[in-house]
Amino acid sequence: MINRKILVLLPLVAALTQTAVANELTGYAGLEARAFNADPLDTAQSDAGISASLSLEYYRDFDDGNQRIVASAFARWDSEDSERNHGDLGELYWWKAYDSFELYAGVRKVFWGVTETLHLVDVINQDDALENIDGEDKLGQPMISLLMERDWGTLEVYGLLGFRERQFAGREGRLRAPLPVDEDAVIYQSDREEKHIDWALRYSHVLGDWDLGLSHFSGTNRDPLLQLTKDGLFTPYYAQIDQTGVDIQTTRGDWLWKFEAISFKPRGEDRQTAAVGGFEYTLYVIGESVADLGLLVEYQFDDRRGPWSTASQNDIAVGARYALNNTQDTEFLLAVSTDLDNGSRFSNLEVTHRLNDRWLLEAEARFFGNADEKDPTYNLRNDDYLELELRRYF
Amino acid sequence: MQPSRSKKQFAIRALVSALALTSFSVSASELDLAAEKGLEIATEADRRDFGFGDLSNNLTMTLRNKYGEESVRTMRTKTLEQEGDGDKSLVIFDNPRDVKGTAFLSFTHKVGSDDQWLYLPALKRVKRISSSNKSGPFMGSEFSYEDIASQEVEKYTYQYLRNETFDGRDHFVLELDPVDPKSGYSIQHIWIDTTEYRAWKTDFYDRKGDLMKTLTASDFNQYADKYWRAHKMMMINHQMGKSTELLYNDWVFSNGFSDRDFTKNSLSRAK
Repeated sequence: MINRKILVLLPLVAALTQTAVANELTGYAGLEARAFNADPLDTAQSDAGISASLSLEYYRDFDDGNQRIVASAFARWDSEDSERNHGDLGELYWWKAYDSFELYAGVRKVFWGVTETLHLVDVINQDDALENIDGEDKLGQPMISLLMERDWGTLEVYGLLGFRERQFAGREGRLRAPLPVDEDAVIYQSDREEKHIDWALRYSHVLGDWDLGLSHFSGTNRDPLLQLTKDGLFTPYYAQIDQTGVDIQTTRGDWLWKFEAISFKPRGEDRQTAAVGGFEYTLYVIGESVADLGLLVEYQFDDRRGPWSTASQNDIAVGARYALNNTQDTEFLLAVSTDLDNGSRFSNLEVTHRLNDRWLLEAEARFFGNADEKDPTYNLRNDDYLELELRRYF
Repeated sequence: MQPSRSKKQFAIRALVSALALTSFSVSASELDLAAEKGLEIATEADRRDFGFGDLSNNLTMTLRNKYGEESVRTMRTKTLEQEGDGDKSLVIFDNPRDVKGTAFLSFTHKVGSDDQWLYLPALKRVKRISSSNKSGPFMGSEFSYEDIASQEVEKYTYQYLRNETFDGRDHFVLELDPVDPKSGYSIQHIWIDTTEYRAWKTDFYDRKGDLMKTLTASDFNQYADKYWRAHKMMMINHQMGKSTELLYNDWVFSNGFSDRDFTKNSLSRAK
């Protein structure tokens, strides 16, 4: 831990003593209101609430653009659920370009993959589950990584130092498991617990119309299993896993074809498989307007069963993105995913609209329709909600 | 049989010029004097601009609607010339603030569809996107994607129309017919001055053949004693009553960019 801090701080000191370098502080402040449609399953849970958030990012380039320091932080204050008051240092890293490779040291966020409705291959960062249940918000991951770009592709090696536990909504919060999660009672499969060093390797390449990725991860699973304790609470259990992933996209005119698959092997258990694939097709300049309409279909398959089962075992997701292409960039995104085994349906509507150069309005509505008892979304069956967020960028 | 002989002669000359241009193909039978002269002028304009290597600039885009309301976009661009293919370019958006840090990488191809990727900073995600959106508006402006893409000789067929003098300059007037069936235009008329081969004015006709937009370039500066660049471009949409003004600043040639500055990896690092 101390070594890591020194690694990051030394170049920071160097950066601050340089002159004539590119640097910038940016960010936004947001105000969010959420209202739930139905009464909660647990009377302790709230019906509506407001929260405020702040996001800051700073970067500084020096050494002729061959070195960079990045720091970013996020925090939220919630009126209803004290567990949702949270903050994270999403990024604090140093980057240096050498002649034949690049080095990153510090806390980073890394995204892998191509599909839209599920991110199977993306394994480096822990979800920021308090921010959103869609898994697109992440917590920063401490790491040292090397990147090499050659004619034959890009190779990245990651040493992931220190595990980030998932945080869960409190008893008052909505969008949670039927029982609150006791994060302090966490159990790890590895004796080294959160100090276990994880490894990851990724190869990616662009071949004409094809974007290809192949990756492997070995270490602590980011997704915990929730185990019932004798106190009537859930406790998170983090297994050791090996996961190999492949992601492929081919871009053919108006059509984008996307596919991701993982082979998932928990220590001491059988190998399991999950995949997601489909297409995105865009109709540009509809009728006399300048709007465009994107259509999305993805099929999700997952043979993980028992404690490992996910909500996407045999599901089809259909979506549409309608962009007005006006000055305000008004955009509507609707996606509905249906479980083909039990009929559970999850619907998601997002609208974004720019008010002016610095103000942005976002709306999000989610519905857990027809949730079957056997489907993980059953826990969220009364948690349909509407959310509005106003952001001011600076 | 004089006429047919002259036609055959042109066919041979066309074949020679097609070979010289590589990958440029034109049906010899359709070729006539006006087409040949049109292509010669377009090729000469392209030749005069070849060899710039790389360049960077900053640009401010001011969008005005018919009520005079303005909104401003700012971005920075980097371009790397490619031998035997279209340019590679990188655009980093600074304004509006909600898209700050979004970056766009494009490999233009003389023939076939371009390769394009978008970097979304909130998700740290690089996304390959479809490049077939030609006629849609770029950033909500009156410039469409095909207007801002790198202009390659091979993307049009040409007709020389006439010479025309205005603002004290003599111009070639060419008619351009886009090769791509997805283009939003039936034809374009372009005014290129006869001394320096700079494009001063373009009229864009929609698919129905009606005049849709006019682009006017001004404030030309010459760089490296060779390359002319306009510092101001005004696009007026006659049908919608809207306009977009582009102001270019800080043209820098010979930055020393390499292909490594135009990859998915460098896109994800663009600031």
